[in-house]
Amino acid sequence: MESTFQFDWQAAIDAIPYLLKGIPYTLLISFGGLLIGFVLGIIFGLLSINRKWFLRWPATAYIEVFRGTPILVQVLFIFYGLPDLIGGPIDPLTAGIAAIALNSGAYISEVVRGGVQSIDKGQSEAGLSLGLSRTQTFWSVIWPQAFRRMIPPLGNQAIVSIKDTSLFSVIGVGELVRQGQVYIANTFTAFEVYFVVALLYLAITLSLSLILRLLERRGVASV
Amino acid sequence: MTQIVEMKGMNKYFGKLHVLKNIDLTVEQGEVVVIIGASGSGKSTLIRCVNGLEEYENGKLVVDGHALAPKGGNQKSLAEIRKEVGMVFQQFNLFPHLTVRKNVMLAPMKVKSTSQTVANATAERLLDRVGIGNQADKYPSQLSGGQQQRVAIARALAMEPRLMLFDEPTSALDPEMIGEVLDVMRELAREGMTMMVVTHEMGFAREVADRVIYIHEGQIVEQGKPADVFDNPQNERTQAFLSRVLSH
Repeated sequence: MESTFQFDWQAAIDAIPYLLKGIPYTLLISFGGLLIGFVLGIIFGLLSINRKWFLRWPATAYIEVFRGTPILVQVLFIFYGLPDLIGGPIDPLTAGIAAIALNSGAYISEVVRGGVQSIDKGQSEAGLSLGLSRTQTFWSVIWPQAFRRMIPPLGNQAIVSIKDTSLFSVIGVGELVRQGQVYIANTFTAFEVYFVVALLYLAITLSLSLILRLLERRGVASV
Repeated sequence: MTQIVEMKGMNKYFGKLHVLKNIDLTVEQGEVVVIIGASGSGKSTLIRCVNGLEEYENGKLVVDGHALAPKGGNQKSLAEIRKEVGMVFQQFNLFPHLTVRKNVMLAPMKVKSTSQTVANATAERLLDRVGIGNQADKYPSQLSGGQQQRVAIARALAMEPRLMLFDEPTSALDPEMIGEVLDVMRELAREGMTMMVVTHEMGFAREVADRVIYIHEGQIVEQGKPADVFDNPQNERTQAFLSRVLSH
């Protein structure tokens, strides 16, 4: 059977306005989730290197659980499973943000841990020897240096999380992929529409890469 | 005379390794004590105990009137001790994300709540004193090793310490930069600073030290005036060590 397929540019262009409606959801879920994930990452990342085992232990458990299970299972569990427990429905947007937050939080914890542990021990010794408390030494000496080293892996995680939101089409959030699926159901132009969907993801992730690179350059320049 | 450091029967272990054995040592105010010994002899560990960067297992340690309990004991005095004891490290350990000026200003502002204006004035005065006044707004990585170490000394002095610890301050420096750091230390000694210095610079020890202490395998085996220790060592370990380091 010979293919007579031809890329229909008009169909691709026509789909754009409809697909663009998914972008706010994609961005909201990604960046809302990542913002919370960053906070979780700082908290659990720091707990995971705490000297007290009863703080370290739960943090490590959280990290292993959310890093070791698929994000698709996590969001299905939150959206379909948790309502049984709390006795009421969870809206898909909330479920999506929660899944990104918990999942990226686990990975960011490891980024935070790695960043902090990469700073030479001499730095904290210098801080302590000057009379700074452990807390002061951490926030004035260790953290600013660690954070700079965390920028590239954080950027990585942001890009991964943005793409992960595409999975949430399964719980019916009107994000980019979901919009595409709905549109295709009426027009049967899968090739063109998914092509545009892919381009839109690329536009988001490339802009982010660019911003991060500028940020990194500024950070490196002052070290 | 006021005792700034008093160690009595102090013992320190790294796991099973007995690194400091029954150390008895006092340092008087204004005294410059230079500690020499082979690497691994415990000399760095000894001065790191003074400001609690290393904990000791048993014995007694009093720093400027504050008793510092052994490992597991009440360490409340540690904060006070660290305010009064400055330290200079082999690897400088300047804060790379802060300018030289901010390196010197940080501790007074955070620990003593010194105002920015006063901290800045102090930083400029101290940086001038160590000959880095015109580089205050550079970052540490833009300075040579010798300059970085002089900044590190200024940073420690900004807390107005009663005692300065030097842990091999010139060991990481290129030979041509050692002199400029030793000059600053010599000046500090002349002004009456109490100092404990771990070093391999025997010339400096002979010239500046009030007392030289030789440590071998965690024990003080000999101490005395530099002329006595260097020219007429009594212990055969000291003799062997000195013949090795002074022969070249």
